[in-house]
Amino acid sequence: MKKFTQYTGIAAPLDRANVDTDMIIPKQFLKSIKRAGFGPNLFDELRYLDEGQPDQDCAGRPLNPDFVLNQPRYAGAGVLLARENFGCGSSREHAPWALDDYGFRAVIAPSFADIFYNNCFKNGLLPIILSEAQVDQLFKEVEANEGYQLTVDLERQVVVTPSGEEFAFEVDAFRKHCLLNGLDDIGLTLQHADEIKAYEARRRQEAPWLFDAIHN
Amino acid sequence: MAGKTLYDKLWDAHLVRQNEDGSALIYIDRQILHEVTSPQAFEGLRLAGRKPWRIDANLATPDHNVPTTERSGGVDQIVDPVSRIQVKTLDANCDDFGIVEFKMNDSRQGIVHVVGPEQGMTLPGSTVVCGDSHTSTHGAFGALAHGIGTSEVEHVLATQCLIAKKMKNMLVRVDGELGAGVTAKDVVLHIIGVIGTAGGTGCAIEFGGSAIRSLSVEGRMTICNMAIEAGARVGLVAVDDKTIDYFRGRPFAPQGDSFEQAAAAWKDLVSDEDAVFDRVVEIRAEEIKPQVTWGTSPEMVVAVDGTVPNPERAGDQVKADGIRRALKYMGLEADQKITDIRLDRVFIGSCTNSRIEDLRAAAEVVKGRKVAATLKQALVVPGSGLVKAQAEAEGLDEIFIEAGLEWREPGCSMCLAMNPDKLGPGEHCASTSNRNFEGRQGFGGRTHLVSPAMAAAAAIAGHFVDVREMMNQ
Ligand code: SF4
Repeated sequence: MKKFTQYTGIAAPLDRANVDTDMIIPKQFLKSIKRAGFGPNLFDELRYLDEGQPDQDCAGRPLNPDFVLNQPRYAGAGVLLARENFGCGSSREHAPWALDDYGFRAVIAPSFADIFYNNCFKNGLLPIILSEAQVDQLFKEVEANEGYQLTVDLERQVVVTPSGEEFAFEVDAFRKHCLLNGLDDIGLTLQHADEIKAYEARRRQEAPWLFDAIHN
Repeated sequence: MAGKTLYDKLWDAHLVRQNEDGSALIYIDRQILHEVTSPQAFEGLRLAGRKPWRIDANLATPDHNVPTTERSGGVDQIVDPVSRIQVKTLDANCDDFGIVEFKMNDSRQGIVHVVGPEQGMTLPGSTVVCGDSHTSTHGAFGALAHGIGTSEVEHVLATQCLIAKKMKNMLVRVDGELGAGVTAKDVVLHIIGVIGTAGGTGCAIEFGGSAIRSLSVEGRMTICNMAIEAGARVGLVAVDDKTIDYFRGRPFAPQGDSFEQAAAAWKDLVSDEDAVFDRVVEIRAEEIKPQVTWGTSPEMVVAVDGTVPNPERAGDQVKADGIRRALKYMGLEADQKITDIRLDRVFIGSCTNSRIEDLRAAAEVVKGRKVAATLKQALVVPGSGLVKAQAEAEGLDEIFIEAGLEWREPGCSMCLAMNPDKLGPGEHCASTSNRNFEGRQGFGGRTHLVSPAMAAAAAIAGHFVDVREMMNQ
């Protein structure tokens, strides 16, 4: 898994609540059987004026000038500032893949949908929960200052503004450890293979029907 | 010590290892796979040279991309090349790894969340995962079931476990008697309207109360299906005799003595009397009317006799902006009557409402009537091949066709429009599915979520009507 330690980059404000995964990456792009290449279709319906098709070159498509990521001042943004319940909807991991492929390394919001939040960590993308008031303040500062950058320090669990102000955030110890070291979840779990086998042996006694094979 | 909730019991029974930092390893009894969220997981396994831990705990079926029109020509006939590759990739992966798959033209194929319980793959007291957020559906049987991402699909394939953190316990209790014409779908839409799309975030929601008890297991599935639309990954209903009877004779359920042994254990799958919930929401069944969503989030919902909200009266700014944006996208006016919304298409299907009882409810409304001439299309898409066969045995297909609805092959279809069934820009659709997000049913499409009976009534009228009035005619 991709490591995350510290990152500094341009912040872009996406000022709407309940941004769902259909909005982050519309379904026609889920047909890909690969993990990479979703970046050009991130926020496709908001970003372009036409309907996007899979395997299409996006370079010539008409951009929606009102969409925030199309404004030159946010080019190359790496931190997405968002509103409550970001990432609601489907479990598609294509959503964090698309954000990552576009170049985002962190998303800051007052709240996230559970599955999306979880999926981010598996892909080296850091979801950060700050209070509503703090997120509000960041929105105001980003919009008022062109070239506004935020630093995200996972080790110290803080977001640092250009003026040096720091906002602390919470993150699970296990997830933090995995991200900082770029650890592979499956490898870690397989270290406990004996415990899994012991569980199976015990459970097979209690509920043998759960071990009947799914067969043809 | 306080008693345990149903969720606590399921969690404890599947705990393989508790880590000090609060994360845990839980055992997964069943995984269902479909073509959209599995290819990268299989690829990951291969790249790492790993083998599945327990092949026979998995079942696969293609559903999202499959055409619902005549398809006896097989996968090679899928017109969209990208869809075709995805379905073929699932077939190849299952063949390679030896996973049981109900392929596209198998009579048991269908939407994952319809097929799992129908086959007895989902069982009370089991843990069920699938790379699909509506896996919450299976909680209707007292199973701990939730959606996972593709990395986790790979993790479960490789280890039969999931790294998880215990959720909070939330109880939504619906007491009283539901009025005629008010269905499980109306109950869950009403609940989402009350608690909001993030109301259950971080929680496992148990649905209880006399109104839930009186629902059939299929109705309970509709409720748990949409737990995720209230932000909760997990929805649950306690086990009772209806649950247990449902599994008698299902292909993958235990049989004979083994069934009786299992059934005895399943009886304990209820929250203890003295269990403590972190949050409780109480709702009176009598207050629930047939519901219609007007906006672009399932919480944007009102009763059919209501009006579209006015942003001027929203209270706070973020809410008012949200309403304005939704009105614009949906092409609606503030304060407009719901019954004045004209429809272009009707979709009856999806893992929320494509089971036999849903089809019966819709057929009852359209029987002897005709679809409005102003409608471009009205689709009925059964949830599985077995549901389709059952409906045909009951003659429902003929009722639909006679009334002017199209009778299709099973799949997800217009629920998310990954196959050719979709809305055109600006079209309004009365849909029995679960998400009314922008573009969900097609680019620029406008979705209104309703029950099967309400969708059927809307198909006849060409606009929304209170199905209770139509039932009296
Ligand atoms: S019917 Fe719709 S919600 Fe259900 S699994 Fe298929 S696409 Fe997802």
